[in-house]
Amino acid sequence: MKSLLKISGMTHRFGGLAAVSNLNIELPQGAIYGLIGPNGSGKTTTFNLITGIYRPSEGSIRLDGREIAGMKPYRIVRLGIARTFQNLRIFENLSVLDNIRIALNGSAHSGIIPSVLRTPSFKREEKAIRDKAYELLKGMKLEYRADQMAKNLPYGEQRRLEIARAIATEPKLLLLDEPAAGMNPKEVEELMALIIDARKAFGLTILLIEHHMKFVMGICENITVLNFGETIACGRPEEVASDARVLEAYLGRRGAQC
Amino acid sequence: MSMAHKPRFLIAALVFYAAVEGFSRIGLLNGYFMVIINESLIYVILAVSLNLINGITGQFSLGHMGFAAVGAYTSGAITTIAFRLSPDRPLDYSIFVLSLVAGGLLAALVGFLIGFPSLRLKGDYLGIVTLGFGEIIRTALNNMDFVGGPRGLLGIPKFSSFTLIFAAALISVIIIRNLVESSHGRAMLAVRENELAAELVGIDTTKYKVLAFSTGAFFAGIAGGLLAHLLQMAHPSQFGFMGSVLILIMVYAGGIGSLSGSILAAFVLTFLSQGLLLGIDALANATGLSIGSEWRMVIYSVLLILLMLFKTEGLMGTREFRLLRIPEEEK
Repeated sequence: MKSLLKISGMTHRFGGLAAVSNLNIELPQGAIYGLIGPNGSGKTTTFNLITGIYRPSEGSIRLDGREIAGMKPYRIVRLGIARTFQNLRIFENLSVLDNIRIALNGSAHSGIIPSVLRTPSFKREEKAIRDKAYELLKGMKLEYRADQMAKNLPYGEQRRLEIARAIATEPKLLLLDEPAAGMNPKEVEELMALIIDARKAFGLTILLIEHHMKFVMGICENITVLNFGETIACGRPEEVASDARVLEAYLGRRGAQC
Repeated sequence: MSMAHKPRFLIAALVFYAAVEGFSRIGLLNGYFMVIINESLIYVILAVSLNLINGITGQFSLGHMGFAAVGAYTSGAITTIAFRLSPDRPLDYSIFVLSLVAGGLLAALVGFLIGFPSLRLKGDYLGIVTLGFGEIIRTALNNMDFVGGPRGLLGIPKFSSFTLIFAAALISVIIIRNLVESSHGRAMLAVRENELAAELVGIDTTKYKVLAFSTGAFFAGIAGGLLAHLLQMAHPSQFGFMGSVLILIMVYAGGIGSLSGSILAAFVLTFLSQGLLLGIDALANATGLSIGSEWRMVIYSVLLILLMLFKTEGLMGTREFRLLRIPEEEK
């Protein structure tokens, strides 16, 4: 299958410390791919590199064959990569509807003058954006919250709002940073169903970071495991789960002295 | 076909205009009162445009009067020169309007340049840079002999009438309101709420910060031009740090991010300041005590402290007058 994202030989150093070193990941179109590893292993740094928050010290990141390393974040978004954050970053003091409409700005083409004059074409576009936003909210079962301030939503709904907002940018590739964090088992199950639905409905390829093993094992087709910035294993979930180095990274060396 | 919403704000504003103009014609409002109204309206433009930068886009600007100074001196110089070239011709309002726009555009250019440090600086640090910028403008004007230097630019023709100031304030408010209620305004709000998240949903945050600064500066420049043609002079001391702080106080007292709040606070604080002056004079006369007018600022400050203590979010919070809002259902 055609690969959508290809990371090759990517290294990122903070001073002398290699937070990510020589990372290689190839994501086929339509995949759900997991990135796991203990705390501080470089998972979120990898996301920050893919989305342009950091520029990799070495290596390349290609989306659809196009080099994106070093581009500004908003340009990378417009090329089709969206993400969510480990610690939510919704627009707290704006309405749920506005959270989505902001992410739909890429499809707003009215210039400043037509906007200020509120021309008919501007109004048509505003209506189209609003309808689209409602449609996306419906998909995440949030349309009944549209007028509420985002910060007043319960945690699980804020997570879903952030995913809806990411999808609103019409990504090809969606990066989810610990989407199940802080959710109860029922919410986790709903989220899994929602992600699988969204992949189908929006033709997404998904790369996700998650500590929730049941979630990762249940949803991902392939996994890369990082430890101290190094790739220690990659493959299918069941292969990875029984890999000696992975067990060591998570649980420590057998017979270690206490 | 789409239906336009009722221009309720426009209607309310025109009623206000008709009332003030009418009362002034029949002599119910004296000249002194009209000066305060005119000043309030100029402060409406200043406060609403600063709110676009500070409240809507979340950038901390402390140099708004600097932009007003650029507008005041530019438009003042243009009309003064035009007036000197042909002193016998009657006042030509088209030159005035052109000079205002020129002042606004030059201020916008300066705002555009000032917008760039804001790309690297946040919060207090940006505040200090903009404060410094305002002082640079004031000091520069103090030392520019061709615009009067420390004497100020004098003999500016009296173009600013209530009607013109009112029209300028109304147009400014409507333009800024419409800008806020568009995809561009939402992008600015996103920058305020969370810059990184804004960038990562595809907002060019650089562009919107610079846009906020230059748009805000444009309207401040217009306000400066109006002020110069109201007072018939422009003086460096009018455009100092304290002036910028007064506008900032209006934005906070009205409610940061609320355009309605800025409009309200511009009127309330301008009237309060003048009212206290009159009140203290009256009290001194009535009681025979020698209460100095310096007490005005003491009382004014105490009132501000009380406002911020008991209504931390300002007069309006983040709400808008229903008149000023564009309803969501509007097709």
